[in-house]
Amino acid sequence: MEKRSVDSRVRGVSTGVSKPGPSLHHIPLSLFREYVSSKTINKVVQVHDQIFCCMAGSLADAQAVTKAAKFHLSFHSVQMETPPLVIAAASVLQELCYNNKEELQAGFITAGWDRKKGPQVYVVPLGGMLVGQPVTIGGSGSTYIYGYVDAKYKPNMSREECLQFATNALALAMGRDNVSGGVAHLVVITETGVEHVVVPGNKLPKFHNE
Amino acid sequence: MLQETGTEWLSQEVKTGTTIIAVEFDGGVVLGSDSRVSAGASVVNRVMNKLSPLHDKIYCALSGSAADAQTIAEVVHYQLDVHSIEIDEDPQVRSAATLVRNISYKYKEELSAHLIVAGWDRRDGGQVFATLSGLLTRQPFAVGGSGSSHVYGFVDAEFRGGMSKEECQQFVVNTLSLAINRDGSSGGVAYIVSIDEHGTEEKVVLGNDLPTFFDQ
Repeated sequence: MEKRSVDSRVRGVSTGVSKPGPSLHHIPLSLFREYVSSKTINKVVQVHDQIFCCMAGSLADAQAVTKAAKFHLSFHSVQMETPPLVIAAASVLQELCYNNKEELQAGFITAGWDRKKGPQVYVVPLGGMLVGQPVTIGGSGSTYIYGYVDAKYKPNMSREECLQFATNALALAMGRDNVSGGVAHLVVITETGVEHVVVPGNKLPKFHNE
Repeated sequence: MLQETGTEWLSQEVKTGTTIIAVEFDGGVVLGSDSRVSAGASVVNRVMNKLSPLHDKIYCALSGSAADAQTIAEVVHYQLDVHSIEIDEDPQVRSAATLVRNISYKYKEELSAHLIVAGWDRRDGGQVFATLSGLLTRQPFAVGGSGSSHVYGFVDAEFRGGMSKEECQQFVVNTLSLAINRDGSSGGVAYIVSIDEHGTEEKVVLGNDLPTFFDQ
């Protein structure tokens, strides 16, 4: 029997920025070899009411992991009789990524708000490490914006500053990474709730070389 | 690191991992580079100046294999000398860049080095040329080396046309600092060379004088 291997990769920049509320961004461009299989895929998934997850890497793997994580998390929150902590969500992802590290190729940024520690951002890269950071970036396009994020991130930005910072970072990465592009999905999570912001490609900020 | 016997680096190729950058301003150019040379996981030179003079007012920035880059620079330095005697005046930046490009293109399978050529001449003022893989293109600014990919976003956002010499120097130092922060193959001190019609100025910014950012 012929063995089929599907190599569709979700690549894109996810930037999670914390304080006052994390905002998650995604660029939906999914690639099947060099063919763009979707220009509007949403790589920000909701795993609980106020916890979202950005996917990067192989789309199939990432979706499978987030589905499993969503289930674990809702079971956990029923058992605890309270909404789950953000770190609990991140830990669930981490366990799945670490225990299946040979087979999986997906990285995640988990961000959200909980009553215990407020807004938080955690990153679970390929091998299954778990690190909490004030700001983090991931995906293939992220290499191009490390310098920008290091230079421009300031702690305790306002919501508008955060949104502008993240949108700029995404726009810059999309400008340089050939496998990132399309539409930017942003999610702002605060104590009071969740807000989706979608920025189509032609409304993104432009820089000197465009 | 625990099992290293300490001699692997002797047999590994010496690379100038690097971050290099050249920026044009009205009236001249500013070139910048880090100073780390690595062989595998070892740093074999932490103070190498990767900005090499090709002529009085034309410099090139080296990246990639240290041997290849240095050799190209020396050969072009010689060729430019001969050329400037033949034409009996200072050579154009474009000529220097073309000489580098000719070598990079002809030997592209054997060599693995990328040189950015920048300088000032009377005809076109300050110019920056990229010669990656044997192409030749003039750009308002150019970045290269392993550290450059981390700062593409920063330079795209921060570069503006019409900067003064001091603003350019600050921009170069900031970019080098950010790249050194993130790239393992870049480090050490920052060398800056500023070229305009009045002359060439070389400067060193030591490690602890480099700008720092929120996580340092």
